[in-house]
Amino acid sequence: MALPAHITARSPAAASRQPVYALVGNPNCGKSTLFNALTGLKQKVGNYPGVTVEKKVGTAYSQHGQPITVIDLPGAYSLAARSPDEAVTRDVLLGRRRDTAPPDRILCIVDATNLERNLYLVHQVLDLGRPVILVLNMMDLAARAGLTVDVAALEQALGIPVIACEAVRGHGLIELKLAMSRADLPLARHAWTVPAAIAPAVSELQASLVAHDGKAPLLARAEALLLLTDSDSIRVAGSSPLSPNTAGILRVWQTRWSGEGTDWAGSLVNSRYDSIGRIAADAVRQTAAVGPSVSDRIDAFATHPLWGWSLLGVVMILLFLSIFTFAEGPMNWIDGHFAALADSVKQAMPPGDLRDLITDGAIAGVGGVLIFLPQILILFFFIGLLESTGYMARAAFIMDRLMSRVGLNGKSFIPMLSSYACAIPGIMATRTIEDPKDRLVTILVAPLMSCSARLPVYLLMIAALVPDGRVPVLTKVGIMLTMYALGTFGAFFFAWLFKRTLLKGAPPLMIMELPPYRLPRLKDVALHMFERGWLFVRRAGTVILGISIILWFLSAYPKAPGGTPPTQQLAQSFAGRAGHALEPLIKPLGFDWQIGIGLITSFAAREVFVSTMSVVFNAEATDDNTTPLRTALVSAKWPDGRPLFTPLVCITLMIFYVFAMQCMSTIAVVKRETNGWKWPIFQTLYMTGTAWIMSFVVYQGGRALGF
Amino acid sequence: MNLPPPAESLLPGQAAPIPLSMLGVGCHATVRELPKVGSAFLRLREMGLLAGTVVTLVRAAPLGDPIEIKVRGYRLTLRKTEAAQILVEPVG
Repeated sequence: MALPAHITARSPAAASRQPVYALVGNPNCGKSTLFNALTGLKQKVGNYPGVTVEKKVGTAYSQHGQPITVIDLPGAYSLAARSPDEAVTRDVLLGRRRDTAPPDRILCIVDATNLERNLYLVHQVLDLGRPVILVLNMMDLAARAGLTVDVAALEQALGIPVIACEAVRGHGLIELKLAMSRADLPLARHAWTVPAAIAPAVSELQASLVAHDGKAPLLARAEALLLLTDSDSIRVAGSSPLSPNTAGILRVWQTRWSGEGTDWAGSLVNSRYDSIGRIAADAVRQTAAVGPSVSDRIDAFATHPLWGWSLLGVVMILLFLSIFTFAEGPMNWIDGHFAALADSVKQAMPPGDLRDLITDGAIAGVGGVLIFLPQILILFFFIGLLESTGYMARAAFIMDRLMSRVGLNGKSFIPMLSSYACAIPGIMATRTIEDPKDRLVTILVAPLMSCSARLPVYLLMIAALVPDGRVPVLTKVGIMLTMYALGTFGAFFFAWLFKRTLLKGAPPLMIMELPPYRLPRLKDVALHMFERGWLFVRRAGTVILGISIILWFLSAYPKAPGGTPPTQQLAQSFAGRAGHALEPLIKPLGFDWQIGIGLITSFAAREVFVSTMSVVFNAEATDDNTTPLRTALVSAKWPDGRPLFTPLVCITLMIFYVFAMQCMSTIAVVKRETNGWKWPIFQTLYMTGTAWIMSFVVYQGGRALGF
Repeated sequence: MNLPPPAESLLPGQAAPIPLSMLGVGCHATVRELPKVGSAFLRLREMGLLAGTVVTLVRAAPLGDPIEIKVRGYRLTLRKTEAAQILVEPVG
């Protein structure tokens, strides 16, 4: 549970309340595993207000059963933040966030195989002047790499408790919990020499931070040091800005140093690493020579110019195969249960508007979205698996060169690829992209990748394409591939365009750690999958329910007299009228008002187009057998007797579906991930606008060519 | 794009600094100089790439960019545009 903001570390209540630990560490050091091991399933996952950074708070119990609050801060390499994630870690530790009380104590976790770089963050954290416990994780892997880490020497050098640990196996947890429940944690013996040229600036900034920003003296020193490292720091919503006085002092020093040619930030980093180097020299010994590690041998294959591509291809094919294979059963199950639920409500309630609202509005609408949940969960599972094994970083490494052509980096690859199945997990997976602009561009273009909900529409249109019966399989495949290629091309084109115009940023970087391969912990991956799935259901659920009810209302009202067939009921409903109103706008694309109704109801999910068409054209259709609907479509006519679904109209309609934003769940998720309505509205407009233009060009061009 | 030169152009003991992007695959080098400005180089410093640090060029990505280096016992990738601005001195 998050602590109320009014309780601060210095308040009188501090002594009696539950101690608050912040868990801090580099990415890939086993932090999540330790957090899960400490707190079990007693976790609360949410968001920091104003930013899309995951907030995880859990309760651990000491060996005596005392509850301890643990905040799992986002992984960071440095407190000089480069991403919104790192900015949250920095701001919570510096007590800059009003929504999160500064932690009483800090749990720093480091990877023992890679001590020097991991200690850099620890070094910054020790400056904060709070009690710190150092968790030395992955001791088994260090031993395997021929490294001996002397725990006592580290304790001696740093003056804080150091606990050797293998979080994956639960080794060292008891010792850690004992240390965490100690009442008298020592403060670090943390002496390091701030370079002489910079020391006066640190004292001046510290004094100003105490006097004008209300900081405690030790925190003020840490903040002063950070301000000097972090010349262009990322500020995130919810953190308090610097006072004018402090900002002024900072500017004066920076101008002076720039004139003198002093590299202030660089020399601060250097002196920290000098101090770390001395500590590591005492504590770490290379005791055994080891050959190439398992990771080296895997990488020789996985990033090989030839085999690397093959492996990437195989992994991606497996991903899509398993989505379509494993999702089918649960999807039918959900479908069946929602239908049964609607039926039993129909039996139990007297006929009327309320019953229809519940069955046709709420149950059908929510069911129509939840049916995608199995796919979404499987994708989350795969993304989690790729992340926790370390392969995700290799995929980004291999794809970076291609992604750089449009101004993105390799980290955008997996989110964009996932969007072929469903844009929702793709968009939620963009959180691994550090640069906020790159992340936004990826979110904006991801829904252009043809998702699985477009498949039923493509299939129906392909079936209706050829007037007489069966379409040759090769033609089918060819058209389908064209649609997928068109969406992919569109996504890359718009990424390129947005990076050059709207979201111009610093040249993209690809500074990324390639973590050693690790066996995934299925428990952690599954937990992550359910957290993400639940987040989607909870956050998008209200928007989806709202839009479902609106869409139901539009197609059910105004009511026709009893006994009117569904086709006519829909025709004279608000949706039908909207279709009529839409007709002048879509007539240049070759669509009539009846197709217009389908475009409107597709907002629930694109595949709803198919069921709408079967109501509109009064055909009984099922998902796997579109034949009766196909016949109905082929015989549909304009009032003047021309056929409606000409091959050209079918193609145009598919092209419209490739580009148009017609998915309320995606809109809800984009709103969630960009913190407002601005970007989802922009996205809907640019995608649907492109869809209209492309369809117009194809339809009118096709007509001019005589189709 | 600059491709790494063949390894034989980097003789043992050769002292002239070269850009990291020109280091041959499998070669070791000591970092001599990083640009002072730019958040990319600050982050590279914070990740342990400092003057005097020994690095090994592990490989280039299948399409030639980015490159993978070994520094302080872990693997780091960076693009050649950044690597071209880092001067290193090849060692034996």
